Amino acid sequence: MSANTVNIVVVGNGMVGHHFVEQITNHGKTDPSIIYKVTVLSAEPRLAYDRVHLSEYFSGKTADDLALTTPAQYEALGVDFHLDAAVVDIDKLGKFVKTKSGQVFAYDKLIMATGSYPFVPPIEGNDQPHCLVYRTIEDLEDISASAKVSKTGVVVGGGLLGLEAANALREAGLETHVVEFAPQLMAVQVDTGGGRLLKDKIEALGVQVHTQKATQRIEAGQTSRYRMCFADGDFLETDMILFSAGIRPQDTLARQYEIKIGERGGIVVDNHCLTSEPDIYAIGECALWNNFIFGLVAPGYTMARAAASHITGGDVEFLGADMSTKLKLMGVEVGSIGDAHARIPGAQTYIYENQPDGVYKKMVVNHEQSVLLGAVLVGDTGDYDTLLQYALNGIDLPEHPESLILPASGDAPAVGLGADALPETATICSCHNVSKGDIIAAFDGGACDLASVKSCTKASTGCGGCSALLKTVVDSELGKRGVEVKKDICEHFAYSRQELYHMVKVGKIQSFDELIEKHGHGLGCEICKPAVGSIMASVWNDFVLEKPHVALQDTNDTYLGNMQKNGTYSVVPRIAGGEITPDKLIVLGQVAKKYNLYTKVTGGQRIDLFGARVEQLPPIWEALIAAGFETGHAYAKSLRTVKSCVGNTWCRYGVQDSVGQAIDLENRYKGLRAPHKIKFGVSGCTRECAEAQSKDIGVIATENGWNLYVCGNGGMKPRHADLFATDLDDATLVKYIDRVLMFYVATADRLQRTSVWLENLEGGLGYLQDVVINDSLGLGEELEQQMQHIKDTYQCEWKTAIEDESSRKRFRQFVNSEESDKNVVFVQERAQIRPATEAELETLAKSGKGTEQIIDVVELA
Amino acid sequence: MSTEQNWTDICHFNDLVDNSGVCALVKEQQVAIFKVLEKGQAHFYAISNWDPIGKANVLYRGLIGSVADKTVIISPLYKQRYCLTSGECLDDEARKVSVYDVRVEGDKVQLAVA
Repeated sequence: MSANTVNIVVVGNGMVGHHFVEQITNHGKTDPSIIYKVTVLSAEPRLAYDRVHLSEYFSGKTADDLALTTPAQYEALGVDFHLDAAVVDIDKLGKFVKTKSGQVFAYDKLIMATGSYPFVPPIEGNDQPHCLVYRTIEDLEDISASAKVSKTGVVVGGGLLGLEAANALREAGLETHVVEFAPQLMAVQVDTGGGRLLKDKIEALGVQVHTQKATQRIEAGQTSRYRMCFADGDFLETDMILFSAGIRPQDTLARQYEIKIGERGGIVVDNHCLTSEPDIYAIGECALWNNFIFGLVAPGYTMARAAASHITGGDVEFLGADMSTKLKLMGVEVGSIGDAHARIPGAQTYIYENQPDGVYKKMVVNHEQSVLLGAVLVGDTGDYDTLLQYALNGIDLPEHPESLILPASGDAPAVGLGADALPETATICSCHNVSKGDIIAAFDGGACDLASVKSCTKASTGCGGCSALLKTVVDSELGKRGVEVKKDICEHFAYSRQELYHMVKVGKIQSFDELIEKHGHGLGCEICKPAVGSIMASVWNDFVLEKPHVALQDTNDTYLGNMQKNGTYSVVPRIAGGEITPDKLIVLGQVAKKYNLYTKVTGGQRIDLFGARVEQLPPIWEALIAAGFETGHAYAKSLRTVKSCVGNTWCRYGVQDSVGQAIDLENRYKGLRAPHKIKFGVSGCTRECAEAQSKDIGVIATENGWNLYVCGNGGMKPRHADLFATDLDDATLVKYIDRVLMFYVATADRLQRTSVWLENLEGGLGYLQDVVINDSLGLGEELEQQMQHIKDTYQCEWKTAIEDESSRKRFRQFVNSEESDKNVVFVQERAQIRPATEAELETLAKSGKGTEQIIDVVELA
Repeated sequence: MSTEQNWTDICHFNDLVDNSGVCALVKEQQVAIFKVLEKGQAHFYAISNWDPIGKANVLYRGLIGSVADKTVIISPLYKQRYCLTSGECLDDEARKVSVYDVRVEGDKVQLAVA
């Protein structure tokens, strides 16, 4: 039986068009009776990318970082896609479209997701070379190129996008101006009072704001490239001009083919996002619903879901959207909810303004002061989540509504909105449309903590604005289920790793025995012993093979090597930054040859030697240490490698010495014991050859210094590192890394990588930045001192081990014999050894030789 | 029955490490010997060094611990726990390792291996 095929052609591959593709292909997986064959026609030269975070292109993100999908992913979904394929012709009767290159695609359903284009005001001279717009990656490339030959830049338009664009110019190092026609900035979202404060704050950051200026003409300048002449006779000279004066729906195609268009543009759609034509839908910024264009991504996603649902027989409709926003513009927090301008008849307002601290808050309520209609927040958006929930869910306001925006004073507790007060329909995450009910369902489905709720609902993985609210809902739900959030590390200690850390540090406890006697019971286990060993090492940095610690370590730490499947060990010397001299390379080869070790170049830019028997470890290390090597800590939960690219010493594109930096960082942090292994990467330019953004600590060179990324991860659950701070000098870079790592060591759970630690850290990245950059807990100096102590007491554990007779004695297979373990059998493969497989061992046994008689290496036919 | 046993000298008492293991080769058999301090008192255990799940001679390099009131050795390869008194694997009922008698006579550590 063959399935029905529905041909769906999607015109446009912006964020919304891409979301539609995801929705429809996802549906295809659950209902195999109908095949949705999706064709994507994109006018742009690349597939969908994140336009919301476009300005991050200037702080180091690349086009690849911003990408929402890849050709491989589309291929895997069975999506046929064509780039640079603008549609020029629609045949509504024949039901096919034609692209500019003449290719024809038949459709059963046509989705218009053509988005919008930047509005360029009709100003004389607006078509000159350095007059640009801000919408696509190609625009950014143009801006970047222009910025290189410009000193001054002007953004025309002081709305949300205009200020984003101004930030981009500022990041590019230009003297930046914003020219706005209206009397204030962000006139759509913010009222006069908020606009005034916003202007002050932005000017304090060095961006000059000119309001109530209508540009009439752009002519040749006298001191700069251009001169902008204003209606009031003033002028402003600049080298480049960026227009960001609003968007217009990209509806040309629909207009040409007589699909119904609104009076002021936009393709008219109904609740299913269906246009005036059967089988043609419009979604996103090109669509006009109820005479309104929605210029935000969340409503666009809802439209995509509505259209996909209608095609697949579902009942999701688009019923308008909340346009509330919370964002950070050049570090200034701005929030706008609902009727920000109090235009609803009868509306009343409460205003709180704190000029010294630069905070403005306004609440708009109904005549009876029982329902919140809107709000404006500038300088502090801490109340945003609570206010938004009041507004969206029509929750009854407290008796004195002003308490919601007034600062908590004295012993009056700050008024928050408990998670229990929210109805199940309350939207927690608007980016991914996750309601409180969805979160409860996630718990019913087996999720048991914040991280698992995030991964199964996607909540808080978009803009992240709802993270605090999400945490409250998750905590309340855990409490209700009587899930006592059990943090006991194991049966021997009724404490979390963090609590044990504090006990060791504050109680000055120096040994496991002392700790378990005072705070635990039994003899310990494979969980608590290594954890305490690691804590002792982090806090005291004693030699891990000192008598009191030796019995704590997992075998890898005890024998200072990673145990491999047949009981032999790997030998991994440190090769800081991946830089190694020919002489040292030769020594590695000689040692490997002498002891017949398998050698492999690893992902961490060093060379591992495998197959060392326990009794061979001391002489091998003796030889390596004599040649100037030291331990690489490959066996320990500690700093592993700092991967680097070759940097500006050799590379044509490098802007800093990434190898030198990598070596310095590796030498500073080597030996630091942590809850889990830590990897670094240092790239010499934004091409990112060292893949620093997949590391716990990533450092990427900029023209002005270093950008720091934190808490990335490769491996099983990849996570892109978050941009933490930009353009740091060497000293600040080290200071921040000291603080981040030491804070991680002190607060993370056992075996928790930095990525999961950050995901679970209340307040997330913002909180970590606050602790590290603003020193909000006053711990900065102490964290640095702790790190300095670790550095000052560093010792190569192998050097200490081989110099000490009693440590050395531990590296014996037998306490009463010099023989080797005869069960360790190797075979040859590709001219090197490898452990014999079980089948090979059996064959050997049958051959009459018996494994016990077999010596080192045997050749198998 | 211990009176009938054939005790073999293995090593000096000082060769043992507190709360850790060493390995002896006796009649071609590998025996892991452990010294465990429990409530301040030293206890000695001996089991086969062969890890039947990891299939390697490594048990002496494991961690010592306790599960409820049982003293256990935790395999360094895949972390199964074996009771040092009975040899039973607590994570897989079908597995068991041999247990040997061990004692300290003067400054000598002795094993009884058949």
